[in-house]
Amino acid sequence: MAEPTHAIRLRVNGVAHDLDVPARRLLSDALRHDLGLTGTHVGCEHGVCGACTVLLDGEPARSCLTLAVSVDGQEITTVEGLAGTDGELGPVQQAFKDCHGLQCGFCTPGFLTTITAGLRDNPDPTRDDAREMVAGNLCRCTGYQNIVASVLRAAELSAQRDGGDAGGTP
Amino acid sequence: MTTKLFGDPIPRVEDDRLLRGDGQYLDDLGNDALEVAMVRSPHAHARILDIDVDAALDVDGLIAIYTWDDLDGPLAEPLPLLIPHPTLTHPRMPYALAKDEVNHVGEAVAMVVATDRYVAEDAAGRISVTYDPLPPVVGIAAARAADDLVHADVPGNVAARMRQSNGDADGVIEAAPHRLSLDFDIERSASTPLEGRGVLARWDTESARLRIWSSTQTTTGVRAAIAARLELDLGQVDVIAPDVGGGFGVKIVHPWPEEVLVAMAARALGRPVKFTEDRREHFVSAAHERAQKHHVEVGFDDEGRILGLSVRFWHDNGAFIPYGLIVPIVTSTQLLGPYKPGAYTVEFESLYTNTVLVTPYRGAGRVHAAFVMERTIDAIAAELGLDRTAVRENNFIQPDEMPYDHGLLFQDGKPLRYDSGDFPASLEKLKKLVGWEEFTAFRDQARAEGRRVGIGLACYVEGTGVGPYEGGHVHIETSGKVKVATGLTSQGQGHKTVFAQIVADELGVPIDDVEVVTGDTRRFPYAVGTFASRAAVMSGSAIALAARRTRAKALRIAADALEASEDDLEIVDGVVRVRGAPDTQIALGTVAVLSNPLRYAFDEASKAATQFAVGDPSKPPVAEGDEPGLEGRDYYSPNQSTFANGMHAAVVETDPDTAEIRILRYCVVHDCGPMINPRIVEGQIHGGVGQGVGGALYERMAYDEYGQLLNASFMDFLMPYVTEVPESIEIDHLETPSPLNPLGIKGLGEAGIIPSSAVFAAAIEDAEGIPIRSMPISPSDLFALRREQETDGGD
Repeated sequence: MAEPTHAIRLRVNGVAHDLDVPARRLLSDALRHDLGLTGTHVGCEHGVCGACTVLLDGEPARSCLTLAVSVDGQEITTVEGLAGTDGELGPVQQAFKDCHGLQCGFCTPGFLTTITAGLRDNPDPTRDDAREMVAGNLCRCTGYQNIVASVLRAAELSAQRDGGDAGGTP
Repeated sequence: MTTKLFGDPIPRVEDDRLLRGDGQYLDDLGNDALEVAMVRSPHAHARILDIDVDAALDVDGLIAIYTWDDLDGPLAEPLPLLIPHPTLTHPRMPYALAKDEVNHVGEAVAMVVATDRYVAEDAAGRISVTYDPLPPVVGIAAARAADDLVHADVPGNVAARMRQSNGDADGVIEAAPHRLSLDFDIERSASTPLEGRGVLARWDTESARLRIWSSTQTTTGVRAAIAARLELDLGQVDVIAPDVGGGFGVKIVHPWPEEVLVAMAARALGRPVKFTEDRREHFVSAAHERAQKHHVEVGFDDEGRILGLSVRFWHDNGAFIPYGLIVPIVTSTQLLGPYKPGAYTVEFESLYTNTVLVTPYRGAGRVHAAFVMERTIDAIAAELGLDRTAVRENNFIQPDEMPYDHGLLFQDGKPLRYDSGDFPASLEKLKKLVGWEEFTAFRDQARAEGRRVGIGLACYVEGTGVGPYEGGHVHIETSGKVKVATGLTSQGQGHKTVFAQIVADELGVPIDDVEVVTGDTRRFPYAVGTFASRAAVMSGSAIALAARRTRAKALRIAADALEASEDDLEIVDGVVRVRGAPDTQIALGTVAVLSNPLRYAFDEASKAATQFAVGDPSKPPVAEGDEPGLEGRDYYSPNQSTFANGMHAAVVETDPDTAEIRILRYCVVHDCGPMINPRIVEGQIHGGVGQGVGGALYERMAYDEYGQLLNASFMDFLMPYVTEVPESIEIDHLETPSPLNPLGIKGLGEAGIIPSSAVFAAAIEDAEGIPIRSMPISPSDLFALRREQETDGGD
């Protein structure tokens, strides 16, 4: 018997998508496999690693613990939505490039979305604030040194660019 | 003048794409593919009595179910032993799907193929396997006791027993003025990259070709293995490593059961098939490492000079041994570090247990080795009341003794012969960096305030750039763009950046014109793989040599075209020109046109080339010994590994009440020879140190007596977050070049993790005054040790 599906509308990076999904379909799978937005990665499927973090109405959320049907109509920002409309890297992305804040890049999208929201709430973080901001995301490659540096650099870049907007669509 | 890029900490060329979410990791590919879920054993050791799939058959979207009975030919045989060794007398390998018996929780029993992973898991959940449980063997003590056997035909659970010696260590120890007898344990940990394993296979019926993408550290290995298992010609199989989300060793194992099974299913079904491992599967069905128990006998003189060293150890290799004895052989040889004991004997047993198989994880045997050796040196210093650095200095191999031959065979079967390094200079740097001499005053002051602080240091030597070979191919296109390929794979190290730096320098072209491809057998079919800190040394050297060939050919053709002598030519920003007469010039793209006597002009470069005439009109257009095209291919195949080294120091504070362990400082002195990209070097060290903190203070595989892994999730297996790593890692470099390769470089990737258990144990011991002989150590462990000491002290 075919699995029942539900009609939902996901607004992702400013674009509306109408989908029919089973109730159990994870938001991470809907983004990655139904919409082809594979920048959101799945590292643990139990909400611990943070690689799948997206912004739901501007707030960081684990897309691997979120059912797609539960976010019908909400505004979603993924890593694909962090660059400027002109294609320029967003300040958090640029900071990671400047500071060697990534190695394999698998966990990176979750850090980028988390920091984007973090800098919006705290545009001028101290070093301790920067550590706190990324303390819910796992990275196995970098030892976090350059990720913390990237947070501080992103704050600088955001301040330089149009008055502290950390980028992204929310 | 083109700026030299070797040594320049440029940003990575990989990053832009990955930062935009445009990376292509395994599960980002094959959205049209059928998906796989495995039925895995819930038992550590059991006979399979029956597999009943009936209940799964009416799941909507089910495509196929495979068990061992469905496999035939080579697919039904045990998976290959990758690295045999004469002392590996009882190698046992798993089947792609379990046959009759399972030997660890997580072993694959059946494979379900369905329209997507949800459906595949639904069907897998309905497959009923009847088991007859057998007694499990868990842990080294149970394996040695051998009351039960993992494999009925392997007596004593012993896969291998190996001994090496240089001199009569036992006799020397017996006669030594001082002797110590010490035991050291290291528990299991694992690579746990953020991306698990995964494989996608497409069978093209029209061309009878198989294309595989795998999240692997060796595409050439996977290719050969799959071709053999599926009885295909090598030429029918392409294997590509897409972006890989970390490896750290575990992804060098091949072929995984899923790699051959997914390939088989894709061919059988005529549709693309994909397996994406989930996190729990990674814990119970990939591979672990570490897990060794060691016993040391050491004899030394009044200055702490080691006269004789005898080490016995027991290595838990898990249920099967596909990667042979690499880990324990590395421990047994790299244990010597920067020291030269008068005589050395080492003997180990590699033991089967009913747990996940053990294969190299970053550091690969060296974390244990450094732990054993450095703790032994510290114990000698304590015994004699000498400064720990003084005992090290008294045992160091001196720079004028290089190359230094230990009289042993390394993991590659070649002599354990150090090529370079200046250990006294490195130690001086480290003492200065961490403030070794000033620490006593700091510790005394802290103690007066009721605080417990301690300092530890540890040294290591790492055999890197292990052979047998890697190759490189450099092709200058008529556009002037340079396409570079090497066969080994990347998992985030930044290979494309450093290889492009090397090529840009060798050819004199802008780095933006250089594009590097790794791990694609279509582009470079001969390669070994990425492991043993070998990529920069092996492929970096091969690519440099290939670029030099390409340059030589470019200069030869350009000299002909410009009617100049090759010796007078230089290449600047992609243009060959005559030194001192820069107007006499020809672009490399134009040289590429001239290198290929083709009849047709397709692009501007071809039209531009018509003003030049090259070649001897009396000879054929492609002269004897020449080839069309401006390209070069070369290989680097060293006679032995090159040995990098380093020394770390840590300052820790332990809480007098809670036994919490806090890292106050972490200092690194590292010698990987000349650095191609210091930014990447430091990133690799940071990452290694971070993982080392995990291995020393947090991570362990918690198996219970039944062989159930109790912490098979990131919730319970404590990988460090930012809150667990040092706030800063202070790094100093020594750059002693290796004489063994054209760039003078030594490997780096594993270095940061190697001394971590040793250095933290030493620092905690210094803070607490309690011998630390077993790692990792948690606050609870430390608390228990304090209790033990109080009880002992009360006797």
